[in-house]
Order: sequence, then C-alpha cells, then structure tokens
Amino acid sequence: MLELKNVWKSYRVGALGSKRLVAVRDVSIDVAPGEVLSVVGESGSGKTTIGKMVLQLTSVTRGSITLDGVDVTAKGHAQRKEYYRNVQGVFQDPFSSYNPIFKADRVFETVRESYFPQVGRQEWREKLERVLQSVRLDPGSVLGKYPHQLSGGQLQRMLIARALLLDIKVLVADEIISMLDASTRIDVLNLLAELREQGLGVLFVTHDLSLANYISERVVIMRHGAVVEMGETGKVFSDPRHPYSRNLLASVPQLHRKWSDDPVEPEPLEPDGDREIDPPPLTKVGDGHWAATG
Amino acid sequence: MSAEVVMATEPLGRRNEHLYFALRNPKVAVGMSIVLLFLLVGLIGPFFMSDNPMEYVGPKSQAPNGEYWLGTTYFGQDVWVQFVHGLRSSYLVGALGGGIAFVIGLTVGFTAGYRGGLVDELLNMITNVVLVLPALAVLIVISSYLEVRGVVTQAIIIGAFSWPWVARAVRAQTFTLRNRDYVDLARLTGKRAPQIIVREIMPNMASYLLMSMILLFGGAILFAAMLDFIGLGPTNAVSLGTMMQQSMAWSSLHLGAWWWFVPPGLAITAIVGALYITNVGLDEVFNPKLREM
Amino acid sequence: MTLEVEDLRVHYRTVKGDVRALDGVSFSLADGEIVGLAGESGCGKTTLGKSLIRLDGRMRHVGGTAVLDGDELPIGDDRAMNAHRWKGVSIIPQYSMSAMNPTRKIGKMTAELLKSRGKSYRALKDELVRRLELVGLSEKVLDNYPIELSGGMKQRVVMVLSTLLDPSLLIADEVTSALDVTNQKAVAETLVKFRDMGFVKSMIVVTHDLSLVYQIADTIMVMYAGRIVEKAPAETIIKSPKHPYTKALIGALPEVGLEYGDERLKSIPGKPPHLLNPPTGCRFRDRCPLASEECAEEPPVVAVQDGHEVACWKAEV
Repeated sequence: MLELKNVWKSYRVGALGSKRLVAVRDVSIDVAPGEVLSVVGESGSGKTTIGKMVLQLTSVTRGSITLDGVDVTAKGHAQRKEYYRNVQGVFQDPFSSYNPIFKADRVFETVRESYFPQVGRQEWREKLERVLQSVRLDPGSVLGKYPHQLSGGQLQRMLIARALLLDIKVLVADEIISMLDASTRIDVLNLLAELREQGLGVLFVTHDLSLANYISERVVIMRHGAVVEMGETGKVFSDPRHPYSRNLLASVPQLHRKWSDDPVEPEPLEPDGDREIDPPPLTKVGDGHWAATG
Repeated sequence: MSAEVVMATEPLGRRNEHLYFALRNPKVAVGMSIVLLFLLVGLIGPFFMSDNPMEYVGPKSQAPNGEYWLGTTYFGQDVWVQFVHGLRSSYLVGALGGGIAFVIGLTVGFTAGYRGGLVDELLNMITNVVLVLPALAVLIVISSYLEVRGVVTQAIIIGAFSWPWVARAVRAQTFTLRNRDYVDLARLTGKRAPQIIVREIMPNMASYLLMSMILLFGGAILFAAMLDFIGLGPTNAVSLGTMMQQSMAWSSLHLGAWWWFVPPGLAITAIVGALYITNVGLDEVFNPKLREM
Repeated sequence: MTLEVEDLRVHYRTVKGDVRALDGVSFSLADGEIVGLAGESGCGKTTLGKSLIRLDGRMRHVGGTAVLDGDELPIGDDRAMNAHRWKGVSIIPQYSMSAMNPTRKIGKMTAELLKSRGKSYRALKDELVRRLELVGLSEKVLDNYPIELSGGMKQRVVMVLSTLLDPSLLIADEVTSALDVTNQKAVAETLVKFRDMGFVKSMIVVTHDLSLVYQIADTIMVMYAGRIVEKAPAETIIKSPKHPYTKALIGALPEVGLEYGDERLKSIPGKPPHLLNPPTGCRFRDRCPLASEECAEEPPVVAVQDGHEVACWKAEV
C-alpha cells in the first residue's frame, strides 16, 4: 500500500547551503494494510526523517514514495491536502503538538474547517464523540479543556482520534509513547493494535525494541541512514544476523535477565563513513528476513 | 500532575488573567493614563478652539494669562492652540509611522523566519542594509527634494526606517516557533503558510507584538520630533516638534519665553516616557517570574 | 558511609498553595549500596534526589532529617549545604549533558569548577585523566568544546566530574533518559564501576525505567505520589512484588519476547492524585484493585521479610 523505493534524503546545511548532510540512504520499505511496521534505530539513524518524508513535511531527494501505486509527491497545495486525507501523523511530544494558548479540541476544529466545512454542528458533534470513543476517551472529560489540564496519554489519543476523523489508510507514529509514563503507554499501544485489526497501516518509528516486538509484525532496523536488517519481527529478534542488531538486543534492559548474567562485549561495527556512497545491500538470510551482512 | 507541570503551565491560556494583572500593574495604569490624557486633549481640544493654529491672534510674546493659557509666540500666535493641534499631529505621526514600521517588520520577519533558506538570506540582507543606513542623511536628502512635506509623508519616511529591529526579533521567534509540532500538525491539516503564521505562530507572540507596537509608536513620535527640530518637519502643519524648532529659531530661550518651548518638550517627554514605562509594566504582566508574588 | 532519612517532607510553593512533593519519606542506605529510586513522573523521586543536596531554589524543606555518616545534613539551609556539596553529597543532575557551557573547553570548565571549591586543577589533573580513561575517554577530551562530543561522551564527562572528589553519596538523576540504548548500557555499567572502584561510596539512582534500574541496583524503592510504597532487594521486587502499584507497574512493561497477541499488557487506569491537596489515607486507593475500607487510613510500613518493606494494608496477604 505505502511503498518507499530507493529513497535518499540529503539536507543542505551551513552558510548558503554549502555543505550536504545525508540523512537517509537507499531505503526501500513498505507498509501493507492492517499491518504495523516498526522502524527501529538510534538517534541519527534516519528513522524520523523517513516519517517526515512519508508525511511530506520534507522533500524526497532521490527515489520515490508511492501510495497504492501513485507517486505521493504533491504538485501543489490541493494535491497535498488530498494526500492528508489518506496519511496522517502523530508526534513524540504531546505537549508540543498542541498550541498552548488554545483549547485542546481545537485540533478537531481545524480538521473540520479544512475537510468538512459543510457538516452541521450536531452531525459533527456526533462524529467527534464516535471517534473519541473509538480511542477509549470519554468526550465529557477531554472536550473543552486546555492541553495542560489533560495527561500525555489523553493528548496522544486525541491526536490519534484526529487522524481517524479523516478515514486514513496510513498512520505515521513517530515515538508517540516515549514521553508517556509506563502505566499509560500501554493504552496507546493497545489502541494501535486494535486499529491495525480494523485495517489501518501504521509506520511505527521507535528506538525501543520491546515496543517494536510487542506491536509489529515486521521490523526494519536502521543505522546511519541505511537499513541494516529487516523482516518478520519474530525472526529478526530471535535470530539477529547483523552485528548492530545483536548489539541492540544485548543492550536492552530486560526484567527477566540481568546484563551481569550473560556479559557480552559489544561487537565491533563499521564507523559512520562516507554517507554519499551506496550502503551495503540487503541479502536474504531466511524466509522473510533480510540483512546487510557480508 | 507533577510539581513542574503545575508551575510551568499556570498562566497559559487565560487571556483574562493578563488583562486582570495589566490593569492592576501600577506602571501600566499610570503610563496608559498619561498617554490617554494627552490623546484626549489632542482629539477633543480642537473642537473648542480655532481651526488654524497659525493665525495671529494677539500680542506678541505674551506670558501665560487668563486669555491665552500658554501665552503667545513671537508672532502672536496662541501657544495653547498650537499645542493642542501639535498633539494631534504627533499622535498621528506616531500611529502612522509606527504602524507602517510594524507592518513591514512583521511581514519581513515572519516570511524570513517561516520560509528560511534563500528567502531568509535575502530578507536578512535587506534588513541589515536598512539597519545600517544613516537614516538622518537619507532623510535630509529626501526632504530636500520634496518641497512640500506633510505629516503623512513624514510618517512614511519614519516607518520605512524603523522596521528592521522588529523584523529581526520576529524572525528569531518565528524560527523557534516554526519547529514546534503544532505547526507541523497544522501543515498536516492542509493549512497554508500565511494561515499558519497568523493563526498559530502570531498568537504565541502576542505579548511581544503588543510591546513592539508600543515601542514603535513611541519611537516614531520621538523620531518625528527630532526631524521637526532640525527643520525637516511638515511644512503645512504644526507639531510639537515644529513648535520647539520655531521657538529655538526665534530665540525664545534668550528672550525667556519659556511657555513656547517648555510645554511641547514636556509633552513629548511625558508621552514617550509613559509609553516606555507602560512597556516595562507589560513585561511584568506577561512574564510572571518578574511579578512580585 | 550510611545515610538515614527520617520523615522527610519537602513542598514546592506555588501561587495556588503548597505542592506536597515529598510527604514523609523514610529509608536508610548502607555503605556501598546502590539504591534505585523508581516511579513515574510526579511521584517525587527527583524531588527526593534534589532535596538531599538542596539544589532547587523552589523547594521548601518542611520537616524531617537526613543524617549522613552520623552528621545531620543541613538540607534546609542552602548556604550551609554548600560545604557538603561535591564532597559529601554529589549529584549528576538531569539534563546535565546539555548544561555545559558551550563556550568553554572541558578542561577549562573543570579548572574553574575546582577553583571555585578551592582545589587545584593541576593537583587533580592526573586523577582526572585516569578516570576519563577508565570510562573510555581520552585525555584529548579536555581540549574539546561540549558541542564536539556525542551525548554519551558528554554524559560520561559529567559523571567523572561529579565524582572527582570521591563523594560519599552520589545521586544520579535520570542519567540515562536522553541516551540511546547502547549508550544507556555503557553509562549504567559505569555507575556500577564507580562504586566498585571506590570513587563513590553509595548511590541513589533516580529513574522511571524499572528495567534499567533492575540491572544495576542492589535495592529498589518504588515511589508513588510523594511516598515510598515498597522497598526491597532488586531481585525480590521484580520477582515477588507485594504492593499493588509495583505489581501493576511491572505488568505494564513490554519485554522483548512478548507480543500483543500472547498476553495483553495492562495499563493502570486513572491518574496519580494531585499533590496540591492529596487525599488522606493510601494515595493509591483510587486506582487499586484491592482497595477496601481500611485503606482510607494511611497504611503502615510492614516489613514483609528482611529488607523488604511495603506500605500497604494488604501486604501480608
């Protein structure tokens, strides 16, 4: 459904754009309907840039992004607006996503202005209540409030609700729960899983492997802008082939084992070299499992 | 909610709270009162007196008395009438000049801050050039070409030179606010750039913009007075600055005719001073940390 | 070194009243012990850490004592605490890696810091370099500006600086939160190394990440709404928690190997109480599946086993 083919992204930095910074290198991934694809990586891996490109918040330097076969690069404002009926995003910091001087439900009002101008007040109210209930929020306790009166979990769920107003096909979730407390993260995660069961495709960008494992069928691991391993979540995490994936898995703190039980030295890795050259290609290492080894 | 969240988000989202504190802040209250008082005098006064502040009405160089409240000029003009009309001109120049500078500054600042890249570099260059232009020299040149100068012309010239600092500050703030997630979210809602600037970014800078307006207003009045004083004022109108210029030109200092130059000078000082004090007070209102608890 | 904290109360003064961030906290720390202070945002763990060194001007010490090695710490008095900071009690504050002066080289910054304490940079330089090398940084780091170092490197620099004078007690406040997974492990293991090498006697590690603190702490204290709800050796608290909140918290942590289909994780419904006017009795009452009438009264601290204390009426069940 959503497909990235050989996508590159480079930024111009420095005075008058004299230098180039390559953020994403030759990435090809896809999201099918009713599937959560996790893009896992540390800071600087390029995972957030992928999300931004899918959301058209930044341009694609090389390669293509297509939705149902159609190139998504919008030629003009109207086309982009149409695109946003199919693809929406939720970001990391719930308190930064809301303009602090307005009430929180203004995010719904702006969607109404842009996409449903002719819908009557009563009908809109009903639609809003329906969508709030589908994210398990009680309309009475979240409408009419300012962002600082609500919790991070509620704010994030409201943003998901906002995206659902538009009947989207793909949701880009960029670290949406990393700023939430442990006890509220689960609600948002479980919600994503429910939505997935209803046919929504989710691009789940995260640095947290345990979350990726909990929620996604397939996972993509990125490092220094390129994909180093990808495939079905179970296979990648039980049998990681790339040394970086192995390092990542060994570093994640777990409750059922201690680092001291099984001390491993991190494996040596290639340093961040010239990003302009093609990254090592992915080879198939198993059924539904690819890695950039050898 | 954690203690940090309680303390950090207290004053947000309550405009009425700002108004409440603003009206009770002594600096704001006193400052605005002075400004409004003079404004009223300037607005209403002319209805109670002659239309022409330049007419010769009485004996020359008379000290203030029952008939002529502020005495007469060297030529026998009523100083009080001139004063009231002068207030009008000064306020007009202030509002118009300040307003023009405000509009230009905002437009340049927002565009540069929001768009970034080449547009920003270009606008930045223009801003810096205007900033370092020797305004006085340019004004002298322009003014010498224009034989008839009105208050409006003066306001336009002042506006054209006063905007750079506003543009810079607005640009800087826009850079910061532009990267907030709610701006991205507005883009995802299909909003266009001008809409986003006006409805998302500008309201978050409202306090700064209000204070800039006040500073520009005061600055324009001062600038105009300065221009008037060196003889580049309007040729067909009376303003507080031209009064001072005339009084100096006709040696009222030596002749002891204090009633000709003290009132306008005092008025300018009082008005501009009051505006700046209001601004300091507003800063306290908008920045709760400066408020005494 | 030993630390005894007795009935510590710390409030934040706000326009609306006093936020009772810490409301009667008591615990003790043994020599060489690493205690993990875990809890969610707003539970008071950062306040507890900062109150022991008194680094936040908004805090008001309302009651209680902290006794370090037999001497009472003047935690109510900012000036008097100064003598104890860095040597008796030291802290690695949250966000410290972003708080370094960007216009100063690391070496210069250290020299200025030492000078302000009456210590000679020259005399301590060798030890400083030795410790930097121990955490995997070369001496060249002293010639770098903060912007030239990565997040993990900056955090390690700050850790070395905070422990340079061999403090008895080190408070590490969310030192791993802003780091990547691989850096987190390195930094956490460094903390343990410092204790093992004697640079630090005992440590309080404040974090919201229970899995991380399990890896390095000897004992874990779980806090909720300004109080300690459970304290036990790390193994015990994870394997057999007794307080309902602790159990719920552990039940909400996804593990690699656990999938949505297998077993749904459960969140804890509701929100923690507002600390402006906290409820009487057990503060977890409203969200607790085991709550009953007796919970309207403040629960006693019950020693379920040696070293395992729980503040719950149902602890013995």
